[in-house]
Amino acid sequence: MTPVPSASSASAAPSASAATSAHHTDSASSAASAPPAIRCRALTKRYKDVLAVDGLDLDVPSGECFGLLGPNGAGKTTTVEMIEGLVAPDSGTVEILGLHWGRDAIALRERLGVALQETRLAERLKVIEVIRLFRSFYRAGHDPEEILDLVELREKRDTWVDKLSGGQKQRLAIACALVGNPDVLFLDEPTTGLDPQSRRALWDVVEEFKSRGGTVVLTTHYMEEAERLCERVAVMDHGRIIALGSPRELIASLGADHVVEFALGSGAEPLPEAELVALPGVESARRDGPRYTLTVTEPHRAIPALMGELERHGGEMTELLTHHATLEDLFLSLTGRHLRDT
Amino acid sequence: MMNYLLPLKELTLARFREQLRQPEVLFWVFAFPLLLAVALGLAFRNRPPDVIHVAVESGPRAEALVADLKAAGGFAASVLSPEVASEELRTGQVALVVVPGDSLVYRYDPTRSESRLARIATDDALQQALGRRNPRATADHIVTERGARYIDFLIPGLLGLNLMSTGMWGLGYAVVDARRRKLMKRLLASPMRRSQYLLSFIAARLVILAPEVIVLLGFAALAFGVPVRGSILSLAVVVVLGAMCFAGLGLLTASRAQTVEAVSGLMNLVMLPMWVLSGVFFSSAKFPAAMQPFIRVLPLTALNDALRGIMLQGASLASLAAPIGICVVWGSVSFAVALRTFRWI
Repeated sequence: MTPVPSASSASAAPSASAATSAHHTDSASSAASAPPAIRCRALTKRYKDVLAVDGLDLDVPSGECFGLLGPNGAGKTTTVEMIEGLVAPDSGTVEILGLHWGRDAIALRERLGVALQETRLAERLKVIEVIRLFRSFYRAGHDPEEILDLVELREKRDTWVDKLSGGQKQRLAIACALVGNPDVLFLDEPTTGLDPQSRRALWDVVEEFKSRGGTVVLTTHYMEEAERLCERVAVMDHGRIIALGSPRELIASLGADHVVEFALGSGAEPLPEAELVALPGVESARRDGPRYTLTVTEPHRAIPALMGELERHGGEMTELLTHHATLEDLFLSLTGRHLRDT
Repeated sequence: MMNYLLPLKELTLARFREQLRQPEVLFWVFAFPLLLAVALGLAFRNRPPDVIHVAVESGPRAEALVADLKAAGGFAASVLSPEVASEELRTGQVALVVVPGDSLVYRYDPTRSESRLARIATDDALQQALGRRNPRATADHIVTERGARYIDFLIPGLLGLNLMSTGMWGLGYAVVDARRRKLMKRLLASPMRRSQYLLSFIAARLVILAPEVIVLLGFAALAFGVPVRGSILSLAVVVVLGAMCFAGLGLLTASRAQTVEAVSGLMNLVMLPMWVLSGVFFSSAKFPAAMQPFIRVLPLTALNDALRGIMLQGASLASLAAPIGICVVWGSVSFAVALRTFRWI
C-alpha cells in the first residue's frame, strides 16, 4: 500500500515535465516520451436532436489542472463522462495516459479517480465503510484511514452518509476518487451548492493532489474556482470550446483589466454605446436594459469621464461598481450571456 | 482470485449492512410473515365443529321442534316470526328456516354449502327425534392429524411467498435505487467488475436467507407444531433454489427501470398473479382445469409444491424434479435475459 505523501513532497508545478518527475513511478508515465494525460480528437455526442458535444479537441498534459468552464447545458458533463469511459462518443477518439477505452478499460479504471456530479452514495453506510468499499476495487491505493485525514473527515469516520453536510458528502466523494491513488482525477462540479468555507476546504484537497503531481480535470461554473485551481481553462458553450488558455491569458484577451458596471434610473434616455467607447480608458461597452458594462484599462480616467458624460446626458446613476476583470466577464463578452442563470 | 473476492466481500457487506440498518426491511423480511402466520393461524385454528344456525317459523309445535334440535346437539335454533326468519336467512345469520306443519318445509339457498349441510343435518335430527329407526348402526371416529390442518398447508405457502417478496423487492428496489442515485454509475467508474456487483446481491440474499427461513419455520413449529417431515438438506436446497429463482426475476424486473415508481408497478404486475394463483392461502387446485397448465408453470406454484412436498409429505428431491426444474428454468432464464438487457448507467 502506497503511503500518502505529504504536501511538501513537491511544489505545485504547472509544466508537464516537472509533474511527471514529481510523483509517478509508473514506467509508462516516466518514460521520456510521456504521453499527454488526456488527448481527445473530434469528440462528438448527440442526444436526440441536441448536439451535446460538437467535434471537441482537447489536450491535457500530465500534472496540469485543467478546467472546463461553462453554463449548464454547455456539454461539460458529457465531455467529461466520455473521457471517463462512462458515455460512448458517437464519433471521435479518447486517449488517456496513452491507453484507450476499447482495449485497456480495466487498466485505465485503476488509474483514474472520478467524482461525478451529485452522486448520492449509500445513505446508511458509515464514512469509513464507503471508503473501504471503494478501496477494495483497486489493486493499489491508500489506506482508508489516511484518506480520512486527507479530506478531514476523521471526526465523521463512523457517521452514516445521510447525516453528513453537503460539503462533507463532497469531500467523501473525493475521498472515494482518491483512495485508489489515481494519476488523473475528474471532478464534475465538485463545489456546486456549497458554502464558501466548504468550497475552500475542498480546494485544499485538490491542491494537495496537484502538489503531488496528479492531473486534474475539473468542471465548474464558478470562475473563482477555475482561477484559483486551474493552470488552463477551456470555456465551453453549446458543445464547443470558445476560448482556451490560462485564466490570466483569457482575462487579458478582454483587452482591459477592469470592469465598470453602472445602472441608470428609470426614465433616463439610453446612452449610446458608441459614446461610451469614445470615453478615455474605455475598451468596450455593452448595454442590457438600464444596466451598462464597460471594460476599462484605466478606471481612474474612465470613471470621471463617465460622470462628465452623464452630467451632459442628464441621467441619474443608481448604481456604480468596479472590479478586476474575471472569467465571468470573458464569458459575457464572448456570448452575451452570464455563466450562471442561463 | 483474492483480487476478485475482496471487492465481492466488501460489496456484500455493504449490501448486508444497508439492509440491517433499515428497520422497514427487517419488518418485511422477518416480522411480516410471522404476523401473517399468527393472524391466519388464529382465524383458521382448529375449532369444535361449527354450530348450525336454524330458525323455526312460529306456528304449531314450533317450540317442540326447537327443543328436539337442541336435544340432538350441534344446533343453535330459535323460534322467529316468518318475516324475521326470512330476513335472517337472507343475511346469512341462519342457514336454514324450518316451517312447521304436518309436513315440514325447509327454506334455504342450495348454492350455499352450509345451507345444504344444515338441511341434511336438521332433517336427520328431526326425523330421529320423531321416531325414525336406522336400518344399520353407525359410529364416528374423529381425526385431527398434525400435517393435515390449515396451518400446515399455510406455512409452506407463506415461506414461498416470503422468498418471492424478499427476493424480488430486495434486489429490484436496491438495483433501481442505486441506478437512480447514480451510485451504480460511480461504481462503474471504478475498476469494480459488473459481475462482482451482481454477485454481491446474490451473496447478500443468501446471507439473509438462513435467518429468514429459520425464524418463520421455527415459529411455526413452536407455536403451531407444523412439521418438517422431509430432510432438512432437501428443504435447504429447495429454499436456496427458490430464493435464487426470485432473485433472477427481481433482477430482470429491475433491469431497465429508472425510477422506484416504475419498478414498483412492474413488481406488482409480476407478483400479484402469483399471490392469488399459486396456492399460498388456498389450494391452486380450486381454479378451473383450463387454467391449471398455466398455474402449474408459475415459479411460486412450483416452489410451494416443492416446499409442501418436503415439509408435509417428506418427499425426496428426486420425486420433486418437476417443480424444482421449473424453478431452475425460471431463475436461469431470468438471469440470462437480465444480464443482456441490464441498464448500467
